[in-house]
Amino acid sequence: MRDFTYLRATDADAAAEALGPEASIIAGGTNLLDLMKLQIMTPERLVDITRIDGLSTIEEDGDGLRIGALVSNAALAADSRIRAGYPVLSRAILAGASGQIRNKATTGGNLLQRTRCPYFYDTAMACNKRAPGTGCAAQEGAGRMLAVFGTSEHCLAAHPSDMAVGLRVLGATVEVRAADGALRTLALDEFYTLPGDRPDIETTLAPDEIITAVVLPAPRAGSVQAYRKVRDRASYAFALVSVAAVVEMDGDRIGKVDLAFGGVGPRPWAGDDVAAALAGETPDEALFRRAAGALEPDRAPHPDAAFKLPLLRRTLVAVLREATGLAEASPGTDHAKDAA
Amino acid sequence: MQTTLTVNGEERRLDHDVRTSLLDALRDHLGLTGTKKGCDHGQCGACTILLNGKRINACLTLAAMHEGDEVTTIEGLGTPEAMSPLQSAFVTCDGYQCGFCTAGQIMSATGMLAELKEGMPSHVSPSLSEGSEMTDPEVAERMSGNLCRCSAYPFIREAIAMASEDK
Ligand SMILES: Cc1cc2nc3c(=O)[nH]c(=O)nc-3n(C[C@H](O)[C@H](O)[C@H](O)COP(=O)(O)OP(=O)(O)OC[C@H]3O[C@@H](n4cnc5c(N)ncnc54)[C@H](O)[C@@H]3O)c2cc1C
Ligand code: SF4
Ligand code: FES
Ligand code: FES
Repeated sequence: MRDFTYLRATDADAAAEALGPEASIIAGGTNLLDLMKLQIMTPERLVDITRIDGLSTIEEDGDGLRIGALVSNAALAADSRIRAGYPVLSRAILAGASGQIRNKATTGGNLLQRTRCPYFYDTAMACNKRAPGTGCAAQEGAGRMLAVFGTSEHCLAAHPSDMAVGLRVLGATVEVRAADGALRTLALDEFYTLPGDRPDIETTLAPDEIITAVVLPAPRAGSVQAYRKVRDRASYAFALVSVAAVVEMDGDRIGKVDLAFGGVGPRPWAGDDVAAALAGETPDEALFRRAAGALEPDRAPHPDAAFKLPLLRRTLVAVLREATGLAEASPGTDHAKDAA
Repeated sequence: MQTTLTVNGEERRLDHDVRTSLLDALRDHLGLTGTKKGCDHGQCGACTILLNGKRINACLTLAAMHEGDEVTTIEGLGTPEAMSPLQSAFVTCDGYQCGFCTAGQIMSATGMLAELKEGMPSHVSPSLSEGSEMTDPEVAERMSGNLCRCSAYPFIREAIAMASEDK
């Protein structure tokens, strides 16, 4: 690990002052330290934000909830209001990492975790995300974990977070604090950028900005919510694909639907077109297959990742069956209640 | 730099390089070598300790970040004469072969049983709200952050089940 200076910030002003292009915030440390040990990230200064007051609680915010950036993944998944009102978020978090890592990982850090593309991790290989302008070794290399949507000729990497997929389907926003103390609120699609010709830039966050919270809108009581993750082993592995769904029924017909997909895009990937094709229809297998069949990437996927498209479609159909009552619900599909 | 923290109930003062992980601080500075280093990257669970009562991987955090914190390692859980219920269950059930992963397994299981008691759900729990039974799939899921290269998993699960019944 390269040497660095360490600052324990006591408040957000002190943290902002110490931040900049050569500095990194450290929160849970579970991603940053992993990358620093491999010299993939080499900050000259670490700004420890874990002792800043007021970032570790989940509070009511209008009809919704405001989740402090330092709330641990474990605490968020276990919070009774989240379990009742936003079960898809609990399920998405619980599908990721391990008990130990979830106890340490934070809400802000989880959003900003880096890709698991193997060439990003190998400093001997070309990678535009790690070393801009060097090329992309994945193009001609092995690509089982790569994205299929939103890629560019400069980068094919997928965002690995499960939690972010749960947040995307719920329409959560990210609260960001600028160095002068001003707060702005961003939808996830405004927060994350697509790779384009600058895959090293992943968000619209400035180097001296801090994520202070994630805000959830009002709970959707009565909706069925599901998170299904498909991976190479039963636990403790990143998603090949994942599907998050919030489905409201309107009598026998499908009402409002929201969908988001993990493991397939450089950010949690929204399924708005598919969702729109389902609204107002009577649930049946043919409808689900037709809607899922409309999922098509703009660019041809890496050959090793092409399997993800049929896998995603089939996983989506399976989730919709359970969410609309055509099949019995399995663990991962829950009924949302008023946040207790 | 200097950091003071409480390890197994005793206040300890460390003089260390800023880069020192909590794991290296425990092993190399304090001589508490019961906590093992397997991967040093959060992937194996051999370094599991309790930080302020919660299980974490000691390899993925910096000693410098833990001023004033409370750490429990396998040495603080029990002694050969007075083992914790999990320690004695691992002995009774032969919950190991080479033993390299064992301290991490026991520390992780200690944290895991507390989480279960608090009603924390898991990925495989049928309901998010109704608490979980100590079934084999629940234990396997909740312990998936601890790998055993010898694959002693059936006996590890048995030991955890035995200890949880004792409580
Ligand atoms: C073995 C292993 C398996 C894993 N499996 C999964 C999985 O299956 N699914 C999954 O989703 N994740 C998985 N993870 C990743 C894990 O979820 C992340 O490491 C964790 O969420 C990161 O949170 P942190 O608080 O530790 O972040 P840190 O490591 O502290 O920080 C990560 C990044 O975020 C920045 N940052 C942190 N907080 C803020 C803030 N408030 N404002 C601005 N910037 C900030 C840091 O500067 C850094 O760049 C796994 C990790 C490991 C090691
Ligand atoms: S896909 Fe992206 S992260 Fe992977 S090697 Fe190419 S540029 Fe790097
Ligand atoms: S040594 Fe910490 S998880 Fe492997
Ligand atoms: S007993 Fe050998 S690694 Fe688990």
